[in-house]
Order: sequence, then C-alpha cells, then structure tokens
Amino acid sequence: MDLTVREYQEGWESEIKSKLESQFSGKVTVTKTETRRVYAQVDRSVSKAVCQYLHDELSFEHCATVIGVDLGEAEQKMQVVYHIDNYTLYKGVVVELTVDVPYDDLHIETVSDIWGGANWHERETWELFGIVFDNHPRLERLLTPDTYEFFPFRKSYKLRGSQ
Amino acid sequence: MTDEKKTQIPDAQAIAEGAEVTKEMVQEYKSNAIDMDKMWITMGPQHPFSHGLWTLKICADGEIVTDADPIVGYLHRGWEKEVENRTYPKIIPMADRLCYAASMTYTHLYCMTCEKALGIDIPEKTKYIRIVADEINRLQSHLMWMAAVGTDLGNYTAFLWCSREREYWMDMNVRLCGARSTTNYPRIGGVRNDVFDIDCDLPNEEDHSRFMRDLIRCCDHFDKALWDIIYLIDNNSTFVSRMVGNGIITREQCANLGITGPAARGTGVDYDARRDDPYDNYDKVDFDVPVIKTGDSYSRYMVRVEEMFQSTRIIRQAVQKIKALGRNAPYRLKVPANIPAGRTFCKLEDPRGESMMYLVSDGTDRPYRLKVRSPIFVNVSSSKALLEGCRIADVPVIMAMIDMCLGETDR
Repeated sequence: MDLTVREYQEGWESEIKSKLESQFSGKVTVTKTETRRVYAQVDRSVSKAVCQYLHDELSFEHCATVIGVDLGEAEQKMQVVYHIDNYTLYKGVVVELTVDVPYDDLHIETVSDIWGGANWHERETWELFGIVFDNHPRLERLLTPDTYEFFPFRKSYKLRGSQ
Repeated sequence: MTDEKKTQIPDAQAIAEGAEVTKEMVQEYKSNAIDMDKMWITMGPQHPFSHGLWTLKICADGEIVTDADPIVGYLHRGWEKEVENRTYPKIIPMADRLCYAASMTYTHLYCMTCEKALGIDIPEKTKYIRIVADEINRLQSHLMWMAAVGTDLGNYTAFLWCSREREYWMDMNVRLCGARSTTNYPRIGGVRNDVFDIDCDLPNEEDHSRFMRDLIRCCDHFDKALWDIIYLIDNNSTFVSRMVGNGIITREQCANLGITGPAARGTGVDYDARRDDPYDNYDKVDFDVPVIKTGDSYSRYMVRVEEMFQSTRIIRQAVQKIKALGRNAPYRLKVPANIPAGRTFCKLEDPRGESMMYLVSDGTDRPYRLKVRSPIFVNVSSSKALLEGCRIADVPVIMAMIDMCLGETDR
C-alpha cells in the first residue's frame, strides 16, 4: 500500500475509473464521476476482489459505510452500497460501490477482514435487512434485541399507519 | 472454558471422611482448575463513565484489560425506517434528535443531502451562516466533552469551568434559533431566519446586528477563557499522567478500524472533511487542521483543544463574510416538495468524526431510504483495539476520548 500523501488534482476520478474498469473488465461499470467522487456498479462475484484491489493497490484505507437498500418486491433484489475513502494517495476521493444481491440468494462476501471499520456496518446491515455477509467473524444482532425473528428495515415490513 | 478442560473436583465428601489426597490428585486439580485470572466485567449501562445508555464488557486479566466488547442498541428507535414515512421537511427536527450535543451538524447534513439531490445551489450567505452555526455547535460539543472528561478524571473544577463557557455558546444558539440544543434551524434550501434579523436595533444596522457583535465578543472572551481551562488541566500532573501514554494505536490501525474525527487526527490521520473534501464555503475560510502523531489519549485531547481555537477563527472570518454580503442578500430558497429519483450522499465533519447521509429518492415527497453514518458507531466498535493492554482504571479515560453520543450511535 502506497501511503504517499498527494494533494487533490483534477483527473483522479477518470484515473481511478480506467484502473477499475481495466482491472475488472465487464464486472465493474463506473456509472458516474464527479469532483472527488467515483460511482461504480460492481458484480457480486468480484465485490471482494474490487475492495481488496482498492485497499492494496489504490490505498483506500477507510471504509466509511456499508449500506443495505431494499429495492422491493418489484425488482426482487437488494443492494449493498460501500463508501470507501482515501487519506493519502488519492486524498479526499470517495468511491461508491453498488452491488446487487437478488432476493433468492441474499449472500455477499464480507470485507471486514480488509477494513475493520466495516465489521459493525455489516452486522447492522444483516440484522436490519437479512443480507448475509459470508465469512463474517461475528454475525450477531447489534442494535435490535436477540429475540427478533424478522428484519425490520425490509420494505415488506410495514410501519403502523404507513401509506 | 472448553469442554475438555472441565474441572474434576476431588470428591469432597470422600476427603471429609478421611480419604487420602494424593499428590497426583492435587496436580490434576490444579491443571484443570478454572482460569480465575480472567474475568468479564460489565461496565454500564448505568456506569458513571458511560455518558449514556451503553454497556462495555471488558475481559480483565488481573488489572490488565485483554478484550472488550461494547454493547449498544438501547436507544435504537429505527430512525432510518421512521423517516421513510415522513415528508422531507418533517425530517429536519428528527435529524436534530440524532445528536443532542451538536444537533446542528446533522440537520445541516440532512439539508445539504436534499439540496444536492435536488441539484440546487444555496445562497452564499446561507453557506456562511451554516458555517457559523456548525462551529458554535462544535464548540459547545467539545466543551461538553471537556466537562465530561473533567468529571471522569476527578477534576470537578474543569467540569464547572467548561460548563460555564459552554453557556455562552448555548446563549448564542438561543439567539440564533430560539433553542438551546435541538435547534431546528437549517432548512432545505437555506436557513430559517437571517442573522441580520436578530436584535438589530443598533444605529448602523445596515450591515450589523447585535447577534453578530456578541458573537465576536464571545469569541474574544472564549479565546482567553480556554487558556484558563488549559492551564487548569495541563498544569495538573494527575490529570496529564492519566492521559499520557494510554489507548495507543497506530495510524494504520486507526484508519483501518474506521476511526474518524479528532480521535483519528490525534493518531496521525491527516484528514478533515472541511479541508480535504470541502462542502459549503469551508474552502473560502482559512483554518488549520491540528494533527498529532502520538496516538495516545493526551494527543486526542490536544487536538480537540486546538480545534476549539480554530473554530473561533472560522467564526470570525465567516461573520466578516456575512457582513460583506449585506442584509439584502438572500438566505433561503423556495424548493420543491418532491425530490427527483436518484441517489445522493454527502459527508460532513461532525465534532466527533465523519458523518454521512445516503439518500435514495424515488420522486415522491418521502425518502425511499435514508442512511446515517454515525462516527461514534464506528469509533466505539474499535474499543477492543483501544483498550487492549491498558489497566481497568484507564478505561474511562480512553473511552472518554471517543466522546460517546448514543443518540447517533443507535439511531
């Protein structure tokens, strides 16, 4: 991991875009770039490899969030969204990775061994959405009581008085 | 204790009746005995150091902490689910309740995210007003933390002095928006009221208001008063010796564990979203980001103290800019009730670390999904790394440097 600190330069986003797309051709699609932001759609089969690549080769040291999004019955899938920060080589750049997870196979590889900060985010996403993070060291309920037998943030779980 | 190591206690009844106790029996007993050196101690949820409802389970080997397991969730309200049922403006007061010590930052972050999703650029003056509001909140949050550290470490005078100074900033909050802590001040597209409209009966009220005058006075007073508190703490050898050299982690560990904010900058992570990923007009004001590479509790304390000086510096500059823009500059835009479908995220440098909101909008007047990234949620998950190897008496000091706030941790 190269920890040389560089100040922001224009063009970093397209540099990261071309590196990601050439490394994982066909599996990673960079959908949008803005100043200091790279948005990518990642295939589930390479999600862990992309994270490892970002960490080892591009020095993305910090995983800010792991977010679950339920797209509902119509789409029949959920999504896991990662926000990954850089402190050194591409200082200030955030990469957003979106991974589709179909309803019938809610599994995705954990990244908590790459970034320790992802550990609790993955636990939270599992307990609220039911997305299983394979090989996670401790996939237990964190915020909700252990007795819960449902996943409260899914769209199928309706709030009282909701429209 | 594993199953194989189950203790075979010699038959007490038989021994009492005069059975012979051989040397081998004693040795076997000792080798199989329960490891009494290590024990799990539960600190909290009603422990003086916890500052809110959470539990810290520590595994102690004698006096040394070998493992830690924080338990949160007592205040889980399902914030992220509840907001899916509310229209966008109705979420603003809810965002206040995420963190009672610095509520403005979360409201600001929420409004910023919505504005980005709408694709609108808010007026220049509003950006500076939000900077002022954010820095007032940063100051009062840091002072509240300092007061708490004072009581944690047995320095009650520090608690009283910090609370006294905090009141000045609370008063500024009251005058700015009418509330002490849950302010409900930013709006999507601006702020609720102009700073020129607060107590503006001065003779030269065209470019001035009593609020802005008093804000500068507060800064002047506080810069001196903070030195008093620093002398009080830094000249106290007991206080300093309890902070120096404990809770040490490396810079790489810190970045990997996701620790952000003053705790990270006290460990050598040179990153501040205000400088390195600027939002609003933070790139147009001049300030320094304190970074100390030592990585112990004392360096985290020093970073926060230095940040307070920088905050008054930012407030002074922002007030100058607001005055230059004048009374007639707009401070709020009208915005549509519906946010077009899309995905947006924004980050902001909270007093405690990097907070982030991720909004999935679907074209209606309610969010489809709104995720909050709370800095404390991640910082507290790294308790094990911070506490491993320290003494039990150091636990409150090390955890105090994280500056717990349960409202945002549990959401």
